[in-house]
Amino acid sequence: MTYRSLRYPRLTAVAAVAALVVVAGCADSKRDTGSGSGGTGASGGTFVFAGSADPVTLDPFFASDGESFRPARQIFEGLVGTKPGTADPAPLLATSWQTAQDGLSTTFELQSGVKFQDGTDFNADAACWNFDRWYNTPPGIGQTEDQSYYWISLFKGFAKGDLTDSVYKSCTVDGDNKITVALTQPFAGFVAALSLPSFSMQSPTAIKKWGATGQDDPSQSEYATAHPTGTGPFVFQSWDKGNQITLTRNENYWGEKALVDEVRIVPIAEPKARADALLNGEIDGFDLVGPADISRLQDAGFQIANRPAFNILYLGINQAVKPLDDIRVRQAIAYAIDKEAVINASMPEGTKPALEFVPDSVNGYTPDVKTYDYDPAKAKDLLAQAGAQNLTIQFNYPTDVTRPYMPSPGDTFNAIRSELEAVGINVKPQADRWDPDYLDRIQGGKDHGIHLLGWTGDYNDTDNFLGVFFGRKSNEWGFENQKLFDALTKARGIPVVSDQTPVYQKINQQVMDFLPGIPIASPVPSLAFDPKVKGYVPSPVQDEPWNLVSVQ
Amino acid sequence: MLRFIVRRLALMIPVLVGLSILLFVWVRALPGDPARAMLGERATPEAIDQINKIYGFKEPVFGQYFTYVGRLLHGDFGASTRDGRSVVSTFFEQFPATIELAVAALLFAVALGIPLGFWAGRRIGGWVDNLVVSGSLLGVVTPVFFLAILLKLVFADWLGWLPTSRRQDARIEATHVTNFYVLDGVITREWDASWDAIVHLILPAVALGTIPLAIIVRITRASVAEVMSEDYVRTAVSKGLPPQIVSRRHILRNAMLPVITTIGLWTGLLLSGAVLTESVFEWNGIGRYLFLAIGQRDYPVLQGYILFIALIYSLVNLAVDVSYGVIDPRVRVS
Repeated sequence: MTYRSLRYPRLTAVAAVAALVVVAGCADSKRDTGSGSGGTGASGGTFVFAGSADPVTLDPFFASDGESFRPARQIFEGLVGTKPGTADPAPLLATSWQTAQDGLSTTFELQSGVKFQDGTDFNADAACWNFDRWYNTPPGIGQTEDQSYYWISLFKGFAKGDLTDSVYKSCTVDGDNKITVALTQPFAGFVAALSLPSFSMQSPTAIKKWGATGQDDPSQSEYATAHPTGTGPFVFQSWDKGNQITLTRNENYWGEKALVDEVRIVPIAEPKARADALLNGEIDGFDLVGPADISRLQDAGFQIANRPAFNILYLGINQAVKPLDDIRVRQAIAYAIDKEAVINASMPEGTKPALEFVPDSVNGYTPDVKTYDYDPAKAKDLLAQAGAQNLTIQFNYPTDVTRPYMPSPGDTFNAIRSELEAVGINVKPQADRWDPDYLDRIQGGKDHGIHLLGWTGDYNDTDNFLGVFFGRKSNEWGFENQKLFDALTKARGIPVVSDQTPVYQKINQQVMDFLPGIPIASPVPSLAFDPKVKGYVPSPVQDEPWNLVSVQ
Repeated sequence: MLRFIVRRLALMIPVLVGLSILLFVWVRALPGDPARAMLGERATPEAIDQINKIYGFKEPVFGQYFTYVGRLLHGDFGASTRDGRSVVSTFFEQFPATIELAVAALLFAVALGIPLGFWAGRRIGGWVDNLVVSGSLLGVVTPVFFLAILLKLVFADWLGWLPTSRRQDARIEATHVTNFYVLDGVITREWDASWDAIVHLILPAVALGTIPLAIIVRITRASVAEVMSEDYVRTAVSKGLPPQIVSRRHILRNAMLPVITTIGLWTGLLLSGAVLTESVFEWNGIGRYLFLAIGQRDYPVLQGYILFIALIYSLVNLAVDVSYGVIDPRVRVS
């Protein structure tokens, strides 16, 4: 057959390929001009920053996740802030405060002449209105820990609903710029807690106009998705969900006005994808740098900034499983682990080994605790004494996750596993997906042996670490130690922080003698920036307002 | 024809009802506690109980189902337990992104696939054919996520020609009217925004379009080869018709039917959300959102999205069946 003569114009395919190449080439030149936009000088320009996910809501009272707090830190301010670069409380919208001797009331002097971004005055009325709003959150979805987590965990209850034993009692206006907040019981962490973004001051006018009514989900109201209004250095502009948030400079800001004209916050889920986007000039900086990307970014001339570590990674031990209830076995595990080696294998440079279950910047930290320095011979001895030479234990670790306290769980697991095997412990690895299988296994049931987990502190409060871990009997630890539970309950009730310090130091010693688990390290969380970015001050509790950031 | 369409639409109702029941049971059979997934590592037993109470996770499944269906009948698909957003509104916000990507991938697959397949099919055993056949085999067997990562590594990370992820540069001033970014730029005359959206489409579209491309090439090739051996083609050639006319009227048109079926099938599949491609390229479409929902046991999103996807898939199939009649009058008669 002679069909070869039946010619079809063969150019189509070639043209298509050529078009693709041309498009790609043009894209290149376009993007080069795109990244260096704007005029000269230190102010002006757009700061594009990538987080790991879209915020859940822009009303920080109903949020507890870092991604929702990120824009909130720019739009809002609380009565109390933090000293830059630390977790310690500092004046912000309140210029000073005085707590009564009995710890039952605190008087705040407020900054005068401050206005919300919608022109509403910030004054004593507005401040008390905010306290009352939190306390009067209607029963329902807004009263779950999924939403008003910080109010529930710190103030315990609301005016109405299932949780009524509120620590908060009332807020009284004592003058234009003076309020007194009364509590029903002493709460030493009260002032420090107010530095959380959840307790930001929000505009009463805007909430009355746009806020949720009735049974509607308050975290998804018009206010919380399109009209968040605070006193901060940036004004909310728009939120293209799943895509980006745009904020612009607050021209009437009472403090130091922002240098950049605009801020855009974008969600990029994978750490490597965030690094790729920075290297390719698509963003100016990002949070939660993967340890594997740090040297790649540094080699290419990008800046890495470390947050002071405010977290703890530990190896948990489940005492419901025999013979882990034997203190000698737990000590053997502790002596078997070379923390420095684990850090070198799986954590960013600058990470320090941990002595106890709180990082060193937390109130009540003491270097004077029983330590378990790496000593494999001693570990073997202790195992022999306990009659556990042929010990086999399940070792649980999560996959598909990085947490600030756990940048690379698989590598941490491998490092610890080989050390345990070196002293003759048989390790039975058990990996689970973080969401939701891992936490289900560790916290929801008894079928686990030793495991990796940790915590990032919210603000400077010891109970926020020790109380969370050891405040009561739990599936995670599987032990009953009434003495420890009681000591923690008592410490929490001490009205003054300075009086808590020695008590918590004692508890830290008590915990390290009891050795419910092995604190491993406080990994330094990293941020990465384009070389042109200046003025970003990392904070251990992510209290990082961007008014001093410049991109020119 | 109208009767046919109405009957097919009516048949979809029992299918969707059955699917909604299966889905409802299936998502609840997944291991993992949604309340714990919502609260993370700070979950206390009290908080978990409270979430279960408010969301009704521990109610009997039948009761939960009837409540759910009752709300569905009012158009209420519920809200995500992960981010609190209404399932219906997020779906319609994200679906344009998925459509845009699917259309770009299909354009890539069809614009390259049909000519290549035609070219190869006309000379079975020639060098072009060998090249096309082996190339398409490679295309079919390469996993999408692998190709996606590879393309990104070469064209974005190493060469820096194309953006690494997302739908549009964060610095571009773009107004989004329809959420079809390319179209939005045209409507608002923000040409850079349109252009930027196209540039962002290239890598994901190529990654997503490669498997359909390979399949379209193979089907076109086989179909063309078969049609060329038909008597009417020989007749047309021997009666002296110009080759272009034989190609267009006699070969291409007759060879297209199986190709249209394949394209229709792939349209349905691509519109169902490209979970892997969207995740690799951080594409804000339904596939990526579904992926996040699975991890968090986000029941309302899983149920709602999969039902929507099933509905869309059925509608696309119906459209394909209807289009046969337009392309090939013989189908209409039978």
